[in-house]
Amino acid sequence: MTTANTAMPETVLAPEEAHWGRVRASRRIADRSLKLICTAFTVLGVFVLGWILLMLLFEGITALSPAIFTQVTPGPGTAGGGLANAIVGSILLTFLGIAIATPIGILAGTYLAEYARTSKLAALIRFINDVLLSAPSILIGLFVYTFAVAPLGSYSGWAGSIALAIIAVPVIVRTTEDMLRLVPSGLREAAAALGAPTSRVVTLVTWRAAKAGIVTGLVLATARIAGETAPLLFTAFNNNFWFNTNLMGGVSNLPVTIYQFALSPYGNWQQLAWAGAFLITITILGLSILARYVINKDNAR
Amino acid sequence: MITAIEPTQVRTPAPVPTSGPAPVAAAAKPEPVRIACRNVDFYYGDFHGLKSINLDFRDRQVTALIGPSGCGKSTLLRTFNRIYSLYPEQRATGEIILDGRNILAASTDVNELRSRVGMVFQKPTPFPMSIYDNVAFGIRLNQRIGRAEMDVRVEEALRKAALWTEVKDKLRQSGMGLSGGQQQRLCIARTIAQKPEVILLDEPTSALDPISTGKVEELIDQLKSEFTIVIVTHNMQQAARISQYTAFMYLGEVIEFGPTNQIFMTPTKKQTHDYVTGRFG
Repeated sequence: MTTANTAMPETVLAPEEAHWGRVRASRRIADRSLKLICTAFTVLGVFVLGWILLMLLFEGITALSPAIFTQVTPGPGTAGGGLANAIVGSILLTFLGIAIATPIGILAGTYLAEYARTSKLAALIRFINDVLLSAPSILIGLFVYTFAVAPLGSYSGWAGSIALAIIAVPVIVRTTEDMLRLVPSGLREAAAALGAPTSRVVTLVTWRAAKAGIVTGLVLATARIAGETAPLLFTAFNNNFWFNTNLMGGVSNLPVTIYQFALSPYGNWQQLAWAGAFLITITILGLSILARYVINKDNAR
Repeated sequence: MITAIEPTQVRTPAPVPTSGPAPVAAAAKPEPVRIACRNVDFYYGDFHGLKSINLDFRDRQVTALIGPSGCGKSTLLRTFNRIYSLYPEQRATGEIILDGRNILAASTDVNELRSRVGMVFQKPTPFPMSIYDNVAFGIRLNQRIGRAEMDVRVEEALRKAALWTEVKDKLRQSGMGLSGGQQQRLCIARTIAQKPEVILLDEPTSALDPISTGKVEELIDQLKSEFTIVIVTHNMQQAARISQYTAFMYLGEVIEFGPTNQIFMTPTKKQTHDYVTGRFG
């Protein structure tokens, strides 16, 4: 250090003259407090989330038993019982909902990304789609009630699936459009330059190039509707029996079962609600991991 | 062998032994015209991108379009297969005559046109499918042919694109897994598999390393015995090496057009001279 000091030119100011640290103290405090506040709120958020998850894991696992998967939901005041009908009903409703939403969502997303890119109509559709994306799901349940439940005079699995599909469609439209827009325009030009009409360009090249992203969107849409309760309250409703094979009448399902059982005074119903919530959470977690896996596999290629 | 050549040492194209076109240096009678541009104007919305272009492209010759960025050389290239019509705000007027027909006419079937006029882009664009399917893509669009015949066509195209020996054992693998240079030759194979008359090359080597560039240039030299080739390039040595004719463009106009030797060695316009000697651009 001494050699460095002696090597300094004479004009270098002494530390007290250079006012080192004159503004630093207040800035340092502001800097550190912002960091502290951000960290504190992150911890708060993670704490609440972690609490919910841990509680769910604990209560859910203790409530799990083989009977959950083999017995139907018990009636009021009946001991034991399981969730078999609700599990099967939920899988069915979700599957039907996605089956209805997939073609609509993918084709509409394709229209927006490939055919109507810059048109005013497309901008309007995009806006409405975004509104639908954040519409309160209870409204969608009521909407479906008015045309698919009230006229038929009965709750039905079909109505429930339609309501779930309406929730899923905007998600699929959005992801499909976004993923197709990520396909470089050079790929479209190259296909068109070989004499491919737009229909072939879309089906043979851009869909293929965006496949992983679109599938991910479908998986995430499935995860989204798997836990929806509100749209099913007015449509599929719920009951404690195996549903009719034609899906007319109430179709038991996990979200509404959880809603009803958790509010009930019966201990075994509350336990079943915990088990149901655990199953849904695990399913959604599984679907999210699947979505990541699909994307990563595609990126690795 | 392709080597870097100074513009002043332009290599005379090797004589073609077959009954093909005579080399330019000795050309008493030029080859027939394959594409003729007559008063071609081009607009990107309100922007006037090409101004009254008149140019003839000779049959089975390589014509290079050179000029600084934004001079309209890619724009001109993109009119020959009307690829610009993918974008509604772009339009071309005038006449581009290919085989006696004005391809700018509204009645032209652009998909048929594009099967006659192939195009290779700056960035290699393999489709997300196998190498085999990449090459078969264009053929399948227009023809229904059996498996055995398709195999023959695919092999033929890959051989012509000098890629066959490198990929013959992995035809089922994805075309995206090839190196950049291989991908570009795959794109060339995909284009020639359709047996077009004209091949448009839009800076085909600017994304490639020198060795891959050399291979693609050799390839272009071989392909001209069968196809009329138009190449846009920023690399003047490349234009000098592989083309027989060169058009120098600036601000949407053709400043000078002629045999490559003449454009590089005895340009008549000062702008051309300044550009080819690297003084502006």
